[in-house]
Order: sequence, then structure tokens, then C-alpha cells
Amino acid sequence: MPFEKIVTKRFDDLEAHKIANYEATGGYAALRKAMTMTPQAVHDEVKAASLLGRGGAGFPAGIKWGFCPPGVWPRYLVVNGDESEPGTYKDRQLLERDPHQVIEGCLLACYAVGLTQCFLYIRGEMAHAQERVAAALNEAYAAGYVGKNILGTDFSVDIVLHWGAGAYIVGEETALIESLEGNRGMPRLKPPFFPAAVGLYGKPTIVNNVETLANLPWIIDRGAEDYTAMGADNSKGTRVFAVSGHVNNPGVFEVEFGTTTFRDIIEGADYAGGVRDGKALKAFIPGGASAIWFYEEHLDLPLEKVTVDKAGSMLGSGAIVVMDEDTDMVKACHNLVRFFARESCGKCTPCREGTTWLERILARMIAGHGRPSDLSLLVEVSENISPGLAWPPRQTTICPLGPSAVSPIASSIERFRDEFEAYITLSDRRVIPVGTA
Amino acid sequence: MARLSEKSLRIAHEIIGRYPVKKSALIPLLHLAQEQDGYVTDDAMEHLAELLDLTPAEVLGTCSFYEMFKREPVGDYRINICHGIACHLLGADDLIHHAEHSLGVRQGTVTADGISVEGVECIAACTEAPCLQVNYRYMNKVSTEGFDALVAGIRDGSVSVPKHGRLALTRQHIPEDRAAGNAMVESDVAPPWWPDDAEGDS
Repeated sequence: MPFEKIVTKRFDDLEAHKIANYEATGGYAALRKAMTMTPQAVHDEVKAASLLGRGGAGFPAGIKWGFCPPGVWPRYLVVNGDESEPGTYKDRQLLERDPHQVIEGCLLACYAVGLTQCFLYIRGEMAHAQERVAAALNEAYAAGYVGKNILGTDFSVDIVLHWGAGAYIVGEETALIESLEGNRGMPRLKPPFFPAAVGLYGKPTIVNNVETLANLPWIIDRGAEDYTAMGADNSKGTRVFAVSGHVNNPGVFEVEFGTTTFRDIIEGADYAGGVRDGKALKAFIPGGASAIWFYEEHLDLPLEKVTVDKAGSMLGSGAIVVMDEDTDMVKACHNLVRFFARESCGKCTPCREGTTWLERILARMIAGHGRPSDLSLLVEVSENISPGLAWPPRQTTICPLGPSAVSPIASSIERFRDEFEAYITLSDRRVIPVGTA
Repeated sequence: MARLSEKSLRIAHEIIGRYPVKKSALIPLLHLAQEQDGYVTDDAMEHLAELLDLTPAEVLGTCSFYEMFKREPVGDYRINICHGIACHLLGADDLIHHAEHSLGVRQGTVTADGISVEGVECIAACTEAPCLQVNYRYMNKVSTEGFDALVAGIRDGSVSVPKHGRLALTRQHIPEDRAAGNAMVESDVAPPWWPDDAEGDS
């Protein structure tokens, strides 16, 4: 089957957020179709499509849905729209430009899994996405698509718009639930808090990413067979990637999952158009700030989950950040580590203390006060957060935030050690007044 | 300073009514308090505690975790310049430096006419770098000239953004006759559309 866009197909229409435009282009047809199917049949279709979660971990959504313990009610749906991984820019577009598609996806998930209330959690800083979703929900309630007796059936569910207040950690699913309960957004220990079993208010809860849910109307409307006709063995359908940084045409592109390569999307004329100003590529981040960096030799890898995992990094949240030959890798590394240091929730000591010290050491180096021992100190502190600096990172913490901060350090020191040493050598030659360093 | 006004209180009750457990409304209500006064006052936090059957300390505990809640006056216009990795690569540090100089304030302090500037973590507009938000409204691909024009626009009133505190201009409203109702934690019954024989979904 030739590739066709699924979740961004309405992006050319600047009025696609309105219900009339959505309905005119096949909107809510999947919901009508689902009302003629059993919940199990809808669930089976999603399972057969082998839709991978689009939030970062890439776990199959249909299988996650099956983890709710039988006979335990109520069950909740929490939509993760707290997009904040550096480099990631897709969920906000889906919420702003085609909110009804996300709403229809929520309804299909609720119907299939027996979820009786849905909370759509949108990142606090996204005021425009919040108002677009609020307006779309108001329209959908008035039209009978959401709320009591949907389309005249006995399917009833409220979708509640919820909004956060600025905290990256809340994108972690158990922290998201804590935040939705009105608490500080600190992750919970798994087990016992696997949300599908023990989630919101201690009840079974499905947490799905915005892009994951946006795929559902197409899957139900067209069928799993058409969906799996696109993509590679383990990565079906399409996926949205944001390509940013030093490229000619930064943008958000929906591509066939698993077959498109990094070279296609970074250099292709229809995509990011290559490194800008004719410069050479120095490195790129394949899947958000938490990912291990890739280089020239990785360009021909396909954007496919298993392949990228095997190559030692991850597709994560679909964020590709390109760095050209002039990039100061110590500063880039510091920038990413500072992000994790600022966003650490403070619950686990290795992360709270470790990320803070890593940031300070790097800042000191950049300020011209680096010490010869700093390189080994960076590695030692990193080892205390994630022993062995392995991929996937080993965890000494409840959630992966701390170990993620180690990725840019492991990447940059391994490949660009000379740049760190240059900073240190430079600072050694300076006269530093006693007591200031 | 102020507890919630009558108008805010009406909105607050509607928000509280959408959650099976009241405390879930806390973050939206803190936003409501900030919308009313420009920042979250101690009195408002006490009022929220009464509304949600919490202690003021519990309200403060949640409030103090989140970056967006300010507990002292911060001016009407907050300019948040993104310094995430994509914006960093495309000159965010220079833009922040320029902003501090042209406004004559350091990050985190406020001009006499109520404008402040701050470097913030990734705001999800990476392909539009460098970018910023004024009271959480986006401005893409910002040059230093663009920044100066923005500040001039705020000062002469030609840039219209809601004052700090107000987020979405449209609110969700669930009509009473359309509401499915909250899924109460203790309800323990299968949903009406759930077939009897589908108890153990695979």
C-alpha cells in the first residue's frame, strides 16, 4: 500500500479544528463504526494494528490496554499531552490543529477498554492548545459525540480537559497521575503502581500519548490490515518526527514508520533539506534529549524502533535535533544536562544530587575554571546515577529522568573528548584569583 | 490580598464538579487564582484549601512544585525565552542577553512597567527556533529586532495578549443534560455498554 498521512492529514486546512470541517473529512465515522462493533472487536483491531505508543517508550498500545485487571471498576483514561522533551514538537500540533481527531481517539479507547471517564492532560504552557481543545470539546458535547448516551447508544463518557503548570517530570505516567490527583508531580514506584492495575485514585488507568490516540480513528475506520501494510516489521503505520537545529528547513514531518531513513528526513528536499549553509553534520540527537547521540555513520539507519534500539539509542518522542560542524559540544552537553538538573523532581538522591553536580561541573568548565580531574569526575558522578553508562540506561532511581541526563555526557565525552580537554587546558593557562574558582 | 471573587468561585465550583475526587481540581484552581490576581496569593491558597477540604500547607505543597505558579507579583507581561537545545543551537543565549540589555533587567526581575524576561526550558516549538512566549502565547523565529518590536508593541498596546495568569480564553463547559457524570472511585460497576460475557478481556 502506498504511504498516506494519517494523523497530520488535515494540517493543510487551517480550519480543521472546527467540528464541521472535521466531519466533512470523515471525522467521527470511526466512532459510528465502533458503535456497531463490540468493545472487544475494537480492542482486537488496535492490537492487530500493532500500534506502538508514541510517547517515548514505544510499548504496543493494544497490549497495554489488556493489562487492566478484569472485573475491577471504574477504569480511567488519562491522556498524556504534557509534551516537554527537548526537541519534541508533535502533540501540541495535533491538539491545536486537529483536536477532534484526538477526542475521537479518546472515545474509541474508552469504548474498547470500558473506561468511564477520560482526563485530557495538556501541558500548562500550551494556552492555545487548551483553548482549541476546550472549544472542540464544547462542540463535541453539543453534537452528541461526548457525554451521556453517545450517538444514542448506552456508551457514555465524559472527557475532562485538565491542564498542568510547568514540570517536565509530569510526562512520566505515574507522575502524571500524581499531578492529576492534585499533588506534587513525583513518580510512583513500579511495582505496585503500574497504572493499568493501580493508577488514578488507585484504580485501573490507561495512560496514552496524544499521537497514539490520534492514530485510532484511522485504524478503526480503515482497518488494521491497511495500517500494517505501511511500515516495517516491528514499526507499523506512520510516525511524526520534528527535525530541528542546524537544518535548512526545520519542520514536523509525518513519514512511513520504519522505512524512511535518518538521511531521508534530515537531507531530503521534501523534508529538512540538509545541514544549513552547506556545513557538515557533526552529530544529531535521534529521539529527544534523553537519547544517545548519533553521527554521520548512522544516517542510513531506518526510523524503526528495533533497529535504532539495537544501534544503541532510541527514537523516543520523535525529536531529531541536528548539530553542524561548528557546534560547541561541551555547551550542547551542558545545555541538555542543565535541563535535567532543573527538571529533576528531587525525589531520588542520585538524580537530585547527581544532575545538579553534573551541571555545575560543566558550567565551571565553560566559565574557564575546569580542572584536569573534571572529566573523570563527570564520568564518576554519571556512574552513580546510571551504573556502567549502558544503553538502555540502568536505573538507580524510580523513573528514567536521572539516567537520561547521563546520555549527553556519555555521548559527548566518548566522541568529543578533545573539546572538553581544550576547555580544561585553556582554563589551566588562566590566572584565576584565589577564592573565585 | 484576595480570596476568590464571586465570579471566580462560580468557575471554581464548575471545575470541582468534573472530578470524582475534589483535590484533582487543585492545579486548575491555582491557575484560576493566578488569573484573578496575577499571582497566587496566600489568601487564595487558604480559600482553595477550604473549597477542597485540604490544609493550606497541602495547597502550598502542590503550588510550590510547579514552575508556572508565582507567589509574588511578577508584572503583567512575562516573556519566556526558550533555551532548550534546538533554540540554544540557533542563538537563544544571545537573544536572552539582548533581552536583558534592552529591557534593563536581569532574568527574574520586572521592569517598572511590568515586563519581565526569563530563559525557560523547551516549550515545544523546536522547528520555529529561537522562540519565546509572552504570557504563554507563542512568537516564532525571533530576531533581536523582532524582540524589540514585541516589547514596543506591548508598551504601545498594539500587541494584545491576556495579562499574566489567564491561559485559555475558551473554557470547557459540560452542559448538565449532556454530562455522563463522574466515574466515582467506589462505584465498582461495569460500564453499561460492557457485555456481560466480556468480563475478562484478554
